[in-house]
Amino acid sequence: MTNGWIDIKNTDVMLIMGGNPAENHPCGFKWPIEAKRNRNAKMIVVDPRFTRTAATADLFCQIRAGADIAFLGGLIHYAIENNRIAKEYVANFTNAAFLVHDDFKLPEEDGVFSGFHADTQTYDKASWNYQGSGGPAAGLPENVTADEKLENPRSVFQLLKKHYSRYTPEVVEKITGIPKEQFLQAADMFTSIRKDGDTSKVGTVIYAVGWTQHTFGTQIIRTAAMLQLLLGNVGRAGGGVNALRGHSNIQGATDIAGIFDNLPGYLKVPTPADTDFKAWMTRITPTSAKPHEWESFNYWSNTPKFAVSLLKSMYGDAAKRENDWAFHYLPKVDRNYSWAYLFDGMYRGNVKGLLAFGMNAVAIGPDSQKNIDALKKADFLVVCEIYPDETSEFWKSPTVKPEELKDIKTEVYRLPGAGFAEKDGTFVNSARWLQWKWIAVPPPGSARLDQDILAQIFLKVRELYQKEGGKFPDPVVNLTWNYTTPKNPSLSEVAKELNGKAIADVEDKATNTTIKAGQQLPGFAFLRDDGSTSSGNWLWCGSWTEAGALMQRRDPADPSGLGIHPNWGWSWPMNRRVLYNRASCDVSGKPWDGSRKQVWWNEAQKRWVGNDVPDFKPDSAPKDHMGPFIMNPEGVGRLFVPLAGMADGPFPEHYEPIESPVTNLLHPKQANNPVVKKFSTASDKYGTKEQGFNVICTTYRLTEHYHYWTKNNPVNVQLVPEPFVEIPAELAGEMGIKGGDRVKVSSARAAYVAKAMVTHRIRPMTVNGEKVYQIGIPIHFGFRGIQEDAGRTERMLVNSLSPTVLDPNANTPEFKGFLVKVEKA
Amino acid sequence: MEPTRRKFFQLGAGGVAATVLGFDVRKAYAQAQELKIARTTETRSLCPYCSVACGVIIHTLGDRAKNVTAQVVHVEGDPDHPTNRGTLCPKGSSLYQDILNDRRLLKPQVRRPGSDHWEDISWDQAIDEVARHIKKTRDETFVEKDAQGRTVNRLESIGFIGGCTDTNEFNYLAVKTMRSLGVCYLENQARV
Repeated sequence: MTNGWIDIKNTDVMLIMGGNPAENHPCGFKWPIEAKRNRNAKMIVVDPRFTRTAATADLFCQIRAGADIAFLGGLIHYAIENNRIAKEYVANFTNAAFLVHDDFKLPEEDGVFSGFHADTQTYDKASWNYQGSGGPAAGLPENVTADEKLENPRSVFQLLKKHYSRYTPEVVEKITGIPKEQFLQAADMFTSIRKDGDTSKVGTVIYAVGWTQHTFGTQIIRTAAMLQLLLGNVGRAGGGVNALRGHSNIQGATDIAGIFDNLPGYLKVPTPADTDFKAWMTRITPTSAKPHEWESFNYWSNTPKFAVSLLKSMYGDAAKRENDWAFHYLPKVDRNYSWAYLFDGMYRGNVKGLLAFGMNAVAIGPDSQKNIDALKKADFLVVCEIYPDETSEFWKSPTVKPEELKDIKTEVYRLPGAGFAEKDGTFVNSARWLQWKWIAVPPPGSARLDQDILAQIFLKVRELYQKEGGKFPDPVVNLTWNYTTPKNPSLSEVAKELNGKAIADVEDKATNTTIKAGQQLPGFAFLRDDGSTSSGNWLWCGSWTEAGALMQRRDPADPSGLGIHPNWGWSWPMNRRVLYNRASCDVSGKPWDGSRKQVWWNEAQKRWVGNDVPDFKPDSAPKDHMGPFIMNPEGVGRLFVPLAGMADGPFPEHYEPIESPVTNLLHPKQANNPVVKKFSTASDKYGTKEQGFNVICTTYRLTEHYHYWTKNNPVNVQLVPEPFVEIPAELAGEMGIKGGDRVKVSSARAAYVAKAMVTHRIRPMTVNGEKVYQIGIPIHFGFRGIQEDAGRTERMLVNSLSPTVLDPNANTPEFKGFLVKVEKA
Repeated sequence: MEPTRRKFFQLGAGGVAATVLGFDVRKAYAQAQELKIARTTETRSLCPYCSVACGVIIHTLGDRAKNVTAQVVHVEGDPDHPTNRGTLCPKGSSLYQDILNDRRLLKPQVRRPGSDHWEDISWDQAIDEVARHIKKTRDETFVEKDAQGRTVNRLESIGFIGGCTDTNEFNYLAVKTMRSLGVCYLENQARV
C-alpha cells in the first residue's frame, strides 16, 4: 500500500476491484466502512462475483474476469474527456509534459507497441524513451524536453489521451460486460472528486490478487496508478494505490527479496554482464532525467551505499574494497528463475533438490499435477511445516498409483517447525508496518524453531566445506554468522543486523551527528559505500536504532486524527506512513486539503514539517520544483514508463487472458499479451472454447478458511466443511443442476469434482454480443486435512485446473480467469 | 478507579448472570472474578493469516512456575491495536486451535526413495543427511563460469521456497544462506 489500513477512513470515494476485503481482510475492512459512515464516502466494487464487499457498496459492477484494463482505461478516458483531472498535479508531479521519442508508436492498429519482434516475442525498447539531451548511452536523457501546457502531440499526456480515446463507454461495455449506463455511473462517481476543479477531495484504489494473477496483472495495477496520478490522488491521506496483500508477511518477504530477481531492499540482482561491482552499480544506479529547470532527488542514486552495506552485512571482514566487496560471492542471474520456472526446471530434471519452508507448492500450483510430477523427479525434498501437507506427501497424492511408488526416488525430509505463537520476530503488514510479535509458548513435541532448523542445516554444510573443501566454498565459509547461539540465532540479533550499524565512526555533516563504531544506525541516510556501515536491508534501516526496537513500540496515540499512529510499530521508509506525501501539497507546498494536513512546507524553518514524516528531501524549497516521486529518476510519477521499466508496453493495453472465450475487440489478431510465452512440457496444455472449454473459471478464498492451512482446524472445518463450485443459477438451470449436486469441472489440464452451489451472485454476462458464463471455486481443500483424512470429501486440488502462464513483469501465474467446462458428475 | 478491560469483562459476565437468573448472584459474581484469564500471562502477538496483521493476545497459564511448560488457554484480539481494535475474523478467532492442534507435526520424518511410508529419523541424522544432499548436489552442478567465460557462481539445481508466515528475520537468514550457496531459484509466496 502507498497508504495504510487506517488511512482508508480519510477517503471520499473508493474503487475496490480485484479484491474482496470484506471476506479476505475482514478486520481491515472496518476502515472502508468507517469512511462510509463518517465521511459519507462512496464505494464502488467491481468484481466477477457479488461478494460481501459488493454487498456494502454504493455501486456494484459485475465484470468479466480479465477485463480490468478495459474498465480502468475507460475511467481514464472519461476523466480526461470530462475535465475531471487534477491539472496542476498532472502538469507538475507526473511526466505528462515530457515529450516522447518520435519513433514511439501506439498499439492502436495491430495491438503491439513500436519495436516488437514477433519471432522472439520481445520488444526493442529504444523508442520507448523521452526526447531530450545528455544522459548515458541508451539510457534516459539527462535533460528532458517538456511542454508544460500538455499540448504537444508527442507529450505523454496527448499520447495517453489518444491511446485511451479508444476505450469509450461502448467499448468498455463490449469488453467487460458492464452495461454502458452502469459504467458511466461508476465513472461519474469515482471522478466526482475532481468535479468543477475541486482539489480538496480524494479517492482511493484498493486491490488484491484479482489484479495481479493475470498475464497482464502488473499493467492492470499500472492503469490504476495512472488513473490515481491523473486524479491527483497519490501521496494523499485517503488516496493512493493500495495492494491489500494476501498473507501476514508477504510484504516483508518482498522487501527482503525472498525472490529470485531482487536482493534485499529491491536491489536488482547482478547479471553475468556485470563483470565487477562497479559495472553492477553503473547498470542499476539511475541518473536523473528531468526537464532542465526542475529538480529530481533520484534517491536510487544512493544504490552503491545500500549494496556495499548489504555485502558488509553478509560477509563482514571478507567483503573489502580489494575484493570488490565480495561481489562474486553473489550468483549472477540472467534468466527467469521464478516460481513456475522452478517447477518447470524440476519437471525437466534440472532442479534436483528443493527446500520448502512453510510453502505448500503442490496446493499453490498452478497446475498442481505438474508440480507433483516435478517432485517425483527430484533427488531430495526438505519440507519444514507444522501440519502434514500436500507437498511433503506429494507421493501420497490420489493421482499417484501405489505401483508407481517404487519408481519415485525422491528422498523427502519432513521437519516439524514452529507455529506463529512459538516464534518472535517481525511481520510487515500491507501498510508497510514492521510489527514485532513475542513468543508465547515453545514448539510442541520435538518441533523446532524454523531459524534453528535452517541454521543447523547451513552450519552442517559449512562444516562439510571446511573439512572436505568443494566447489567455491568461499561465500559459504565466509558468511557472517556472529549470533550468540549460532545454531539457533536470536531473531532480535538478526533484526539489529537488518537495521545495520556503523563499522567505523560515521559522520553526517547535514545533521552534524557522529555514529560511533558499533552503534546501530539511525537511518539509511547514514549508510556509506566505503565499507564503514553494514545493513541487511537499507529500507528497514531506522527500525532498530540506539533508541531501541522501534518496531516493538505500542503507543496507540494518533495526535493528528488521520490514523497515522506514528509511535505504533515502525513503517518503512523511515516511519513514513503515506508514501510520496509531498504530493499532498500543491506546487507551493500548501496542503490540497486543510482538513487532512499530512506534511507542508514551513517557510520560517525552511523545512518540510507535518503530522507524517515527509517522504521527501526535507530542505528542498517548493520553488526548486523537486518532484515528489523521489524514487523515480524523473522525480515525477510515470504515466508513461520509459525503456526497460515494463516488459509489455509503456501504456497498459487490454489483452485477453491466455484462455478466453472471446476475441480481443481492440485487435482480434493480437488477442493476448504479445510477450507472454506458453510453457512447453507435456503437462502444459491450454484450452480453447472450440475444444468445449466455454466457461470462465476464477478461484477465490473464503472468510472461514485460510489457504491450505485451516483445513486442519476443527472450528474452520465446521464452518465450511467441504469444497464447492459456485455456479450461476442460469447455467445450472440450463444443465439441470441443483444446489448440492455433484459437478465435474474440467480444464485442459485436469478435472475437479465438488458439490454445486447454485448462486445468483454470478450472473451470466453479455460480452461483445455473446453470452458468457463465469464460475468460482474456493481454493482451500486438498488431500490432507480433517475432512480429507476422514474420507468425507473429495481429495482434490483446485489448482490442478489452473494453467502455467505468467505475467511478464511480475511472473505471477494467471489463476484468475481460465477456461473450463462444467458437467454433472 | 478507571475500569480496566478485564474488569469490564468480569462485570459484564456478572451482570448477565444477575438479569438472566433472577436470584442472588453474589456467589456467581465472586466466581466470575476467578476467570481463568485472570491468572494468565498475556503475550502480544500478530495473527499469522492475512496482511491486516491484527494484534492478538495469547493467554498462557503455568509459565511462571518452574519446570512447567506454558499452556495456551485463550487467544483474543488486542483492543489496544489501532488497526483491528480488538476484533478478529472467523480465522483469527480460531487461532487457539491452530496453537493447540493434535494434527501438529511433532517429530522429524523421512520418506526413503521408493518407499510407501514415513519413517522416524533423529534430528541429528536428518540434518546430516540434508546437508550431505546439498553439498553433493552443489559440488556436482555448481556453475562457476558461463559459456562466455563470465563468472556466474550459480547453483541452479537446488531451489528454496519460503512461506507467507516466515518472519523477516528468518527470511534474511534464508537470503544469506541460499545466496551464499549460489541458489538462483529463491522464491516465496510473495510471487504467487
